Amino acid sequence: MKPTDPKIKWIEEPKLGLAGKMYLPLFVQGLSTTAKHLFSPKVTVSFPEARPQIGNPLIYRGVHRLNKDSQGRVKCVACFLCATACPAHCIDIVGVESPWPDREKYPQSFTIDELRCIFCGMCEEACPVDAIELTSLCDLTGRSREELIFDKEKLLSVYDQTKDAEPMKSNSLGGTL
Amino acid sequence: MAIVIVDGKEIELAPGERLNGIQAAERAGIDIPRYCWHPGLSVVASCRMRLVETGTRNSETGAIAMMPKLVPACQTPATDNTVFVTNSEKVERSRAMVEEDLLIDHPIDCPICDKAGECYLQDYHFKYGQDKRRADVRPFTSRRREMGKTVTLFVDRCVMCTRCVRFTREISGSGELFVINRGSDEEIDVFPGHPLENKMSGNVVDLCPVGALGDRDFLYQQRVWFMKQHPGVCTGCSTGCSIDVEENLDTVYRLKPRTNPHVNQWWMCDEGRYGFHHVHSDRRLTNVRRRENEGFVNLEWSDALAEIDQRFRSISRLGAILSPHLTVEEAYLLAKYVRQLDPQAVVVVGPVPVVGEDETFKNGFTIRGEKCPNRRGVEEIVSHFMGRVATLDDLLGGIDAGEVGGVWASGGYKQDWIDDATAERVAAVECLVVQDLFSSPLLERAAYQLPAAAFAEREGSYVNHADRLQSVAWAIRPPAGVRVEAGLFWQLLGVPGLVKARRVLDEIAKEIAFFSAAIDLVGPLGVDLKAGVLAEAAATG
Repeated sequence: MKPTDPKIKWIEEPKLGLAGKMYLPLFVQGLSTTAKHLFSPKVTVSFPEARPQIGNPLIYRGVHRLNKDSQGRVKCVACFLCATACPAHCIDIVGVESPWPDREKYPQSFTIDELRCIFCGMCEEACPVDAIELTSLCDLTGRSREELIFDKEKLLSVYDQTKDAEPMKSNSLGGTL
Repeated sequence: MAIVIVDGKEIELAPGERLNGIQAAERAGIDIPRYCWHPGLSVVASCRMRLVETGTRNSETGAIAMMPKLVPACQTPATDNTVFVTNSEKVERSRAMVEEDLLIDHPIDCPICDKAGECYLQDYHFKYGQDKRRADVRPFTSRRREMGKTVTLFVDRCVMCTRCVRFTREISGSGELFVINRGSDEEIDVFPGHPLENKMSGNVVDLCPVGALGDRDFLYQQRVWFMKQHPGVCTGCSTGCSIDVEENLDTVYRLKPRTNPHVNQWWMCDEGRYGFHHVHSDRRLTNVRRRENEGFVNLEWSDALAEIDQRFRSISRLGAILSPHLTVEEAYLLAKYVRQLDPQAVVVVGPVPVVGEDETFKNGFTIRGEKCPNRRGVEEIVSHFMGRVATLDDLLGGIDAGEVGGVWASGGYKQDWIDDATAERVAAVECLVVQDLFSSPLLERAAYQLPAAAFAEREGSYVNHADRLQSVAWAIRPPAGVRVEAGLFWQLLGVPGLVKARRVLDEIAKEIAFFSAAIDLVGPLGVDLKAGVLAEAAATG
């Protein structure tokens, strides 16, 4: 989209009114939010005995998974767009010619350094084929650093583990399924 | 004085200058989108992307009469009082229509296409295309055909600009590629049993404005936006083509020709293009070693240099073999080093590898049989120190007579460069230091083995067969354990500070008349040393 596109709506920052200029009314408004939370029910849980309640697992940004297509093959086409978008440089892909006649390129290896990842979700957003997704698994632990460098098999196993609870994005959600 | 008007800007043409609309617009700083037009190929005006409005201005009244139809800018000569309009609504609408037409039948598999990021179709679509597709075509996988050992064709990505077809007919002269079928079924293909196998075949991949022709050597190795381009010189032969070395994280992925009208125009040969894999070979030497008893022991660089320096100082007569793979600066520094220790030191040009004969193509592009980049430069350095171009035989004579006691031999060759018998004769000296990329008969007999740098790691200047000097900077850092020659010789000479090739070249240009033209800044196209020498001779004579 070009900056001159007529569909772009350019807006100005709203000007401060009298209440804003007097400072005190907004101050009281902010403090009332603090006070409200002091007396509302607590959301803190004693993890790991109690599990946190995740609002919408479909949009939660937890451990990654690599989706499979209808034939059980990895959906990824090794386009490197996730690796390009990744601000933490935690994705490493080796793309090669695919062994299947209907696909041209696929990832020979696909590793994500989960310790380096900042769980921003940019990879998911960049993916043109919805192959990489963030699941709602939030308790990521391991005994060594190496264990938390997830390879393709591990990421595909996360898919098998979560596919029933969290189905792939459908077309109605903007996916390419 | 002829005047051309492009979008209201007046461009003056030199007398006798013949430009088309695209070139005239370039002078005015306006880029006209194009697929089929290439400055090095004939004009076919088939892509319709660069349609512009044109007209003539009456030189007396100043009134402008426009043509009612759009014309292809590449086929319209820019003559006196020609008017081009490249940004009118009519032109923009035509470009959007052409883009839409090309994309109706395009697979839109940009995520897996190697061209994505440097694709004309992508760029022009963002610039001139429509933001919505009216055609209901889902992304699909392109059909693929192998054109030859080096090039593969993704049939459905093609926009039928026929640049590749014209290249094989006009530049390489081999004519393997042609268009089959007609109309919307047009495709590029080769005759059965006659694959694309000329020695310049890789150029069709550079020419392809879209991702239709893929380089099999580079296919899926790296996305183009990760790579950085470093201007360089091809070291495959003495033509010294200007190239861009494209690397990411110190790994070279491909070489591309860089436009240089004085050397290679827009082209390079396959031998040079794919001849960089030795840079990342496992067989490369990375250890400094000293002969001890029957075997070798590893040394630290600092210890080795101090030891070699000490041993060379204790030897009365020294010699140095300057490899034609060294840059001018490196050859000069090495010669200066041995001459500093021994003012009578024998400095010779290393063996010049010659494979076959020069091969000239239809357009005049030549692959030289001399497979080294800098014979002329090193010869001039040697004749500066020796008074003539001394060769390895001169050094061998000295060694056989028992006069020369210590030799520094620089290699850096891709291929075998010395035979056992010659190596045996050189090895007769008391202290032999060999610096090379790979193992060689001479290296086996050395007292000290030093790893050498490859072409992409060097900084300095090369002089090609026609005495054109081109300066390049390094593109990648050498592998661990390897030191680039220039820095090494700089340290041996005991000059403080870090080596800077430009500083050394300044010194050379002042000292040696042949290099005098390089005293000024050497631009990306290089400097013709012959012109400088002639001018100097004319001035003094």
